[in-house]
Amino acid sequence: MSGFAVCVEGVRAYVGTGSGSAATGAPAVVFIHGAGMDHTVWALPARHFARKGLRVLAPDLPGHGRSSAPANGTSALASVAEMAAWIDKLLDALGISTAAVVGHSMGSLAAWRFASDHPERCRALALLGTSMPMPVTELLLNAAQDNHHAAIDMANAWSHSASGALGANDNPGVWMLAAGERLLERSGPGVFHADLAACNGFRADEAGGEVTCPALVIAGNEDRMTPAKAGLDVASHLPGARVVRLDCGHAMLNERPNEVLDALIGIVETEV
Amino acid sequence: MAEREHRGPRPTGFDTLSLHAGQRPDAATGARATPIYQSASFVFPDTDFAVGLFNIERAGHVYSRLSNPTNAVLEERISALEGGVGAIATASGQAAMHLAVATIAGAGDHIVASRSLYGGTHNLLEYTLPRFGIETTFVDPRSPEAFEAAIRDNTKLLFGEILGNPGLEVLDVPRIAEVAHAAGVPLLVDSTFATPWLCKPLALGADIVIHSATKFLSGHGIVIGGLVVDGGTFDWERAEDAGGGEEGLARFPTLTEAYEGFHDLVFAEEFGPQAFVTRARREGMRDFGACMAPTTAFHILQGLETLPLRMARHVDNARQVVRFLAEHEAVASVSHPELPDHPDHELAAKLLPKGAGAVFGFELEGGREAGRAFIESLSLFSHLANVGDAKSLVIHPASTTHHRMDAKALAAAGIGEGLVRLSIGLEDPHDLIDDLGRALRRASRPPRGGSS
Repeated sequence: MSGFAVCVEGVRAYVGTGSGSAATGAPAVVFIHGAGMDHTVWALPARHFARKGLRVLAPDLPGHGRSSAPANGTSALASVAEMAAWIDKLLDALGISTAAVVGHSMGSLAAWRFASDHPERCRALALLGTSMPMPVTELLLNAAQDNHHAAIDMANAWSHSASGALGANDNPGVWMLAAGERLLERSGPGVFHADLAACNGFRADEAGGEVTCPALVIAGNEDRMTPAKAGLDVASHLPGARVVRLDCGHAMLNERPNEVLDALIGIVETEV
Repeated sequence: MAEREHRGPRPTGFDTLSLHAGQRPDAATGARATPIYQSASFVFPDTDFAVGLFNIERAGHVYSRLSNPTNAVLEERISALEGGVGAIATASGQAAMHLAVATIAGAGDHIVASRSLYGGTHNLLEYTLPRFGIETTFVDPRSPEAFEAAIRDNTKLLFGEILGNPGLEVLDVPRIAEVAHAAGVPLLVDSTFATPWLCKPLALGADIVIHSATKFLSGHGIVIGGLVVDGGTFDWERAEDAGGGEEGLARFPTLTEAYEGFHDLVFAEEFGPQAFVTRARREGMRDFGACMAPTTAFHILQGLETLPLRMARHVDNARQVVRFLAEHEAVASVSHPELPDHPDHELAAKLLPKGAGAVFGFELEGGREAGRAFIESLSLFSHLANVGDAKSLVIHPASTTHHRMDAKALAAAGIGEGLVRLSIGLEDPHDLIDDLGRALRRASRPPRGGSS
């Protein structure tokens, strides 16, 4: 089973499982994608942890991928707080009490906020390409607001390192730039802008409390969207957080898929 | 409120991608050129990593039938040049065509194809694939309406060559893509004669592109190879949801349904825009196995490095030769889309603004005999069955590839008895014109009388 549908607050949501068939009581891991993306960005790690017997949940956030838009008529959730609350409701709907939570970019903010608001539910936390705050340039916001392709071009170009922009991907035969572009092109009108606005409006001081679970920050040395030093700053506020620095840009799941997975293995499998 | 202007960053230029896409200096040795990884297999660091590679959790190489580091550079480079999400290098252009079809279609399925195709492709569709239950309806490449009318519930693919064979019909990719997409079907385009330097079918609306890399991409007539490029543009699941197709059956089950041959993986669900290229590699390369040798990939990469320079010269030389032939008294007609009397002249100017290729046919006054005499009188042009070499090539279909056909059968295939096909190379165009002029003079001499 590649994934399944579930109802969260009356709205259909799709959850990728990495083709896993873990028992209901198996330790869960939630993967939260970035702005304008969907669960497919987690294809490789999702399949890995599914094989390892974890209950993999790689949801498409409301309005993304195969999930329906929020019930209030907006194209996507309007804030990081709402995303964290939605993850909480998703776990409720599935009867899962605790999970390791992994997020990339916007998803890292949602993961962190979830860990802060619901420390009892977060077994471990991994933040990839993160920054707090996560300001988004007006050029990008405006283009996304107008659903203009330039927004995709900006995000895609700035998400890859200088060398990554020329490829040489570990994943045989895949041209990362077009792969990222096509995924963003599939995102519905207004979704990318809603996500970017949520990133731009994120405020750490609105969260519930301190994150106390084991934490990992993966920073790309050539990340132009969330520079490595911003990631290190986030890590400095997470007690005992491990930091892994990779030679890549923001699109680290594309540029360094094996190294990202290696870094995740310890933290995701952390015992309760 | 006035509309706001938006501009993204300037993308890396075509010429730069031709040289660099998919390759960095070798981390182990510093080699600047792409190394030839002449190895059948690749050592696993540990057993878990090995399982991860087989199970698509890890990126890397297992066995050179599935993927190889040299081939991967070529695959990334052609993807970058065409604007696709990924590509697969195959043993030949025919293997590329077969892989593209077999990844989507199976027994009971149907294809609508242009009737102006390379003979090998025509054979595959007309005679061989029906043995495997895949039927093709051939239609006029100039008629999007004919493509539309031929689509059935079990149609899985529309197909055409960007420049048809032998009449160089220009495929109206935007219009035929519209027809295909309205019916929930992808458009596959063979862009061998154009290369991405002259035309990028994916940007015009096609979903998958194939190449015979033997031709202009490698450019030196030294290897046989093919490429399949997945645009990642076709949403297999959405097409399924929109309906169409056969009642109660998935239209693209290889991509939207669980695949027992890979632990019930649903490719479109797990790989989104990369579904097609992933299935093609994981099934087609695994099971059909028509892979490219790494040395071949290296040769094609060498060709790609100079593709922009070569194509510019190919089309410029071709233009000069076309002009010469069009004015020659021994030539009945020249068929090239850059000539104003070609039916697709305007379309070519729109879709192929840099030039409509360097392969074309012309008809000699004097029919089959004149054709034979002409070919035998050429000295710079090589008489052989290929196109897209750096050297100029010639073939006379009526006395070679189609020699068993009589005049009537040739006419039905759109091949005149005096038709000569040229592939214009990179020589000095004056020398090419001199060679052609000499041969035309000899071919137009009246035959000598009988022996005494």
